[in-house]
Amino acid sequence: MTEKDNRKDPSCNDREEAERKEASPPDPRLLIISSSPHQFGPGSVPKIMWSVVGALVPAAGMAVFYFGLRALWMIFVCILAAVATETLINRLRGVSLSIPDGSAVITGLLLALTLPPSFTFSGGALGAVFAIAIGKQVFGGLGYNIFNPALLGRAFLQASFPVQMTTWTLPNTARFGETDAVTAATPLGQFKFELLLTDHLDLLLGNVGGSLGETSAVAIIIGGLYLLLRKYADWRIPAGFLSTVFVLGGLFWLVSPNQYPDPVFHLLSGGLMLGAFFMATDMVTSPITPRGSWIFGVGAGLILIIIRLYGGLPEGVMYAILLMNAFTPLINRYTAPRPFGEEAA
Amino acid sequence: MDPMPKIVGAVKTRTFKKGVHPTDYKAFTNAEKIEYPPLPDNVFIPLQQHIGEPGRPLVSPGDEVKTGQCVGRSDKYVSSPVHASVTGKVKAITTLPHPVGARAQMVHIQRTGEDEWDLLPVPEDWRTEPLENLRELVQEAGIVGLGGAAFPTHVKLSPPADKAIDAFILNGCECEPYLTADHRAMVELAEKILTGMGILMRVLGVEKGYIGIETNKPDAIEAMRACCTRIGLDVPVIPLQTKYPQGAEKMLIQAVLDRKVPAGGLPMDVGVIVNNVGTALAVTEAVTEGKSLVQRIVTVTGNGINTPKNVMARIGSPFSHLVDCCDGLKEETSQVFMGGPMMGIAQFDLAVPVIKATSGIICTTDSISEKGKTLPCIRCGSCISACSMNLLPTRLARLTEMKQLEAAGELGIDHCIECGSCAFVCPSQIPLVQWIRVGKYRLSQLN
Repeated sequence: MTEKDNRKDPSCNDREEAERKEASPPDPRLLIISSSPHQFGPGSVPKIMWSVVGALVPAAGMAVFYFGLRALWMIFVCILAAVATETLINRLRGVSLSIPDGSAVITGLLLALTLPPSFTFSGGALGAVFAIAIGKQVFGGLGYNIFNPALLGRAFLQASFPVQMTTWTLPNTARFGETDAVTAATPLGQFKFELLLTDHLDLLLGNVGGSLGETSAVAIIIGGLYLLLRKYADWRIPAGFLSTVFVLGGLFWLVSPNQYPDPVFHLLSGGLMLGAFFMATDMVTSPITPRGSWIFGVGAGLILIIIRLYGGLPEGVMYAILLMNAFTPLINRYTAPRPFGEEAA
Repeated sequence: MDPMPKIVGAVKTRTFKKGVHPTDYKAFTNAEKIEYPPLPDNVFIPLQQHIGEPGRPLVSPGDEVKTGQCVGRSDKYVSSPVHASVTGKVKAITTLPHPVGARAQMVHIQRTGEDEWDLLPVPEDWRTEPLENLRELVQEAGIVGLGGAAFPTHVKLSPPADKAIDAFILNGCECEPYLTADHRAMVELAEKILTGMGILMRVLGVEKGYIGIETNKPDAIEAMRACCTRIGLDVPVIPLQTKYPQGAEKMLIQAVLDRKVPAGGLPMDVGVIVNNVGTALAVTEAVTEGKSLVQRIVTVTGNGINTPKNVMARIGSPFSHLVDCCDGLKEETSQVFMGGPMMGIAQFDLAVPVIKATSGIICTTDSISEKGKTLPCIRCGSCISACSMNLLPTRLARLTEMKQLEAAGELGIDHCIECGSCAFVCPSQIPLVQWIRVGKYRLSQLN
């Protein structure tokens, strides 16, 4: 309803208003004024972030189960370094503490889960510092970063410590103690360099060499499905990502089964499950539009297959997601939905 | 945000795309019969209660007025006359706080006794009365859309000749939480509402009528169906999924008829006219009883009022009068708003009068100051999944904030219906719709 400006009207006098107030004495209390809506949904950023942390517990648990207490310490060190860095930069920037929103904890936890079991604690801490400082806070903190901070931290470690970052140990051998670990290649490495295929059941359970939290596909899927059900992750991204890998990987396999691994192997090995459910779905660095989410997921799948089958590295989830992160603003721009009633026109 | 349609009986309930599911809080009053509280001793009739030109006062201080007597009108077509809602004496014509904000000119009438009606001349039989007379009667009675927008109904009843209207939808969605005024009207006054629907359809020359009601009002669906059968009116009552903003015209038309009103267009562009059940009720009272629009059903509710009720309130009654009729506010009440919680307007002064668009007075003890602080946008896309107009609320808000209004205009900021779903779902508590309102206003100032 439009309102005429009546302030110029001199008849707006106090006597009248006093009389009216006398006629109907107002309630003396002070009422709070706000602009509608006055009712809000249950969602909140801390709820989303801490749910992601909760959804990572199964994967973290499997990491400890397979790789021993050292895994727990690594998780602890990475989270601590991430939280400390975030706190320090909050202080330096003179903004309120952003630890309660949970995002720094996720970064530390995710980074830890992508590290090799025998990686040094100091290296892990360095990665977490880099992830928070350069991956997130340089851009302005939560919501402003372009790349997934945990993946950026991992990329930094991969570039800085290429040997340690690709030295893998087998599960169980080092459980509950820091006895000598047996060095072995990951299933993807074995296939790439030795054409050896790993048993699917071992891949599903995680009884294979690999990063701390990436080996057990089933633990990741449980956490991931929880996020999808709560709508804290866009289902289109893992759907697009995984189906692209499955279909493309399957095509290559059908053409030349001796040269290329089967599609189920593709899905269950390496960091794909963790990446598809927990890294690619990072809200900040993935597209905001539904169509954009499909493009993002399919694009990451394409890049992953190219790296795995033609690249120098056995695994490419990290680069696939980081590259798609870079495309996100562009995807958002070209997938903006048309306003209601304009689509047909 | 777009879950599977709920199944009622064996039929999928219809709905629109996207939208949100706020807790409806209707249990406060959805079983409370409409009450007729004592008449207020003073009423304040704002000269503008509608979209369009404000009226000029037709009375002077000291004049005696009767209930239903016109006290203000404009010569402009898109306007609506206002009427005295009690019998008494004009005390003053003055400028006072208006419930939609700012101050506005109002006629202050002091009640001197019981109602003496100044009735409009009613036709013998509306089924045979010339259409022009009915349209004029609706205009004279000061009827506007009572769903909340308060658009003059006679304008809606006169679509341009090039728009062929083939369907009429009676809007019984009442999708805003808390409100139960339309709900109770459908349960208790179904026949009057259907008569009004018949009159409106006849004026528009429309054969096909539909009644859309959300499934959270099963008794209203039942009552309206039963009444249709009883009086032999052949219009389907269509249960609609309980989802906000189901009652917005464009969403309702999509749900009921699967037609899409073009962006920037009106329902008549797809051959449809939508009217609210409250409006239909007012039309019946004008055409069959000669009563101008001097009263409406108001839901006085919320956890901040002692006895939540649906009341038949006289237009111009101070909010405080209705609050007193409901045994007053609780001690801890901190917010009072007019309308529903999603689009309603917060009030700071309970002396403001009930206007034609006052569907509810909601008193709550919660306040947004208890909400967490605003965090940065995490680009979760919740607002986009919620926006029934298919816009990008987070982008529009940001562009407004950055004063890039042309860019916001290109993204369709003007199509926003300000339903508030985006701000409702935002996990970062960003005032999205509030920014968009600012953006729309600033853009209109540019052009």
